[in-house]
Amino acid sequence: MPGTYIPSEYLPVLIFIIIATAFGFGALIIGTVFRLKKPYYEKLLPYESGIDPKGEPRTRFAVRFYIIAMLFVVFDVEAIFIYPWAIVFDKIGIFAFIEMVLFIVILLVGYIYAWKKEAFQWD
Amino acid sequence: MIQQLFFIYFAFAITGLSLLVVTRKNPVHSVLWMLLLFFHIASLYLFLNAEFMAAIQVIVYAGGILVLFLFVVLLMNIREELRIGKYIGAGPTGFTFAAALLVVVFMSLRSFVAAPPGIYSIDLIKKETHTMVLGKLMYTEFLYPFEITSLILLVAIIGAIVLAKRRLKT
Amino acid sequence: MDINNIISPQLLDAFIKFGINVLVIILKIVVVLAIGLLHVAYATYFERKVIGHMQVRLGPMRVGPHGLLQPFADGLKLFFKEDIVPANADKVVFYIAPIIFMAASMVNLSVIPFSYGFTIADFTISPVIADINIGLLFIFAMAGMGVYGIFISGWASNSKYAFLGGLRSAAQVISYEIAMGLSLVGVMIMAGSLNLTDIVRAQEESVFGMFAIPQIVGFIIFTIAAVAETNRTPFDMPEAESELVAGYFTEYSGFRFALFFLGEYIAMIIMASMATICFLGGWTLPWYITQVVPFINYVPGIVWFLMKVYACIFFYYWIRATLPRYRYDQVMGIGWKILIPVALANILITGLVKIIMTMYGA
Repeated sequence: MPGTYIPSEYLPVLIFIIIATAFGFGALIIGTVFRLKKPYYEKLLPYESGIDPKGEPRTRFAVRFYIIAMLFVVFDVEAIFIYPWAIVFDKIGIFAFIEMVLFIVILLVGYIYAWKKEAFQWD
Repeated sequence: MIQQLFFIYFAFAITGLSLLVVTRKNPVHSVLWMLLLFFHIASLYLFLNAEFMAAIQVIVYAGGILVLFLFVVLLMNIREELRIGKYIGAGPTGFTFAAALLVVVFMSLRSFVAAPPGIYSIDLIKKETHTMVLGKLMYTEFLYPFEITSLILLVAIIGAIVLAKRRLKT
Repeated sequence: MDINNIISPQLLDAFIKFGINVLVIILKIVVVLAIGLLHVAYATYFERKVIGHMQVRLGPMRVGPHGLLQPFADGLKLFFKEDIVPANADKVVFYIAPIIFMAASMVNLSVIPFSYGFTIADFTISPVIADINIGLLFIFAMAGMGVYGIFISGWASNSKYAFLGGLRSAAQVISYEIAMGLSLVGVMIMAGSLNLTDIVRAQEESVFGMFAIPQIVGFIIFTIAAVAETNRTPFDMPEAESELVAGYFTEYSGFRFALFFLGEYIAMIIMASMATICFLGGWTLPWYITQVVPFINYVPGIVWFLMKVYACIFFYYWIRATLPRYRYDQVMGIGWKILIPVALANILITGLVKIIMTMYGA
């Protein structure tokens, strides 16, 4: 439970998020007053080079996209560990450097494995 | 006073949003409610004077893991009408487990004792910035857990590729 | 009935103070947004003009002198256009996708500083809306949010082109996000902070005056990743007109299309500002220039800031007019096989150099 701390420097961010969202919704809602609206069957068809759409639009796709997403999560976490290291680098010095070399080398093993297994290869 | 009001709002909003996430039939809608949920959790971290944790919450959970969920949802091409009987039928068992978990939570809450405050007071963290304090601790005191993390991440990379390897070759 | 009976004067004071604070914040946001949107409008105009002249054309010439009013004509046109929701689309998600995309890039404007704080008649004005300690991470986080706008707009449209475009674009954006994050670690090591104002201050005090010189590798990686993040040529895979029509916003029309457009151009301006703040010294000039030409100090910092941002934006136009589009496998290859290992090597080399420098007391 939050004790005595209020993150007041984030108040502008909150207000900005509200204003930006309101701007988007507002523009769309006000526009409905002026816009003409004449829908008919052909207009509402999804675009498919002028012919009638065939089959399921949300098709199955290559598993490679999924691997990229998995690797992205791993490398994202890795990057998150590097940021605070970069900030405190001055304070800790050579010790921190050796730690990070070890960290990155271990991850490079995985990276090379992924490369060898052609995870980055799009045919 | 104000902090309590905020906490009450976040407590109710997080619970409500979690319910919305698990009750939506369309998985993409679930993911979008979860996105809002993660933002609320991130704001809660801000109130705990842990801004770096808030950033991680958004970058890793909302920006990474939830995007992975989206990929999985789209990869499996789950349609709105699709409902698997096996999981729907397991309702009573689920409720039993949930009730048991609730009892455990209440019992552990009763024996909860707050730890004595450490040297990192709000003012100190504010002065040094949260990222700096966290980094100093993580790369000196918690060195081994940090290095073990890299091994866990290595396992994750290999696991992801092994799982999909058969599919890659065809 | 006296108002003091209902709330205590202290509480009332606190409320009034809070209200004034909020008003000041809203005023700041409105000013920044107005200037930002004006920049977006003229960024589209100058993009067409610059690329036109590079291809020995004139660009827009009809609306106003030299087509100067063209952006407003475009905006009005998009505002009054019919808003088509394709049949079988997921209406709610289709509706909010462009708003998420636009808001995610717009909110970044709140952490971008334009200059040091200055004082006018007892008022200290800090030219940044939210001076937070994790400004850099905030921008990474919001860049990650843009993926949702792309992804769910492609999904909600219920169209094959939009779906494939959204998928490709999402995979591309997340791949380059890592390279962009890692390319900035060198800057973090040198500045020792994630606060954007502190990063500029660290550059002003450094030997080179800007991090683009010692961090040239990081700067190049960042520039490539920034172009790919904003889906611009030569990495405009999702919008490859010849393959996927218009990518994830194929089915969007009227003002929803305009929101995507707005989001993309704001993202471009944000990326240019990031390059300026993290690598080009922000609103400061290197000491070797200010010492040679001392009167240059009288020019306000914001002028330099804007000039650097415009130079970066011009560079984006330039490569759009010059380079052909990459194939998708090449795009992913560049991101994963070149940029990420080079960025990791850059991090270690930066660390090593810093250690050697502190050892020999340089």
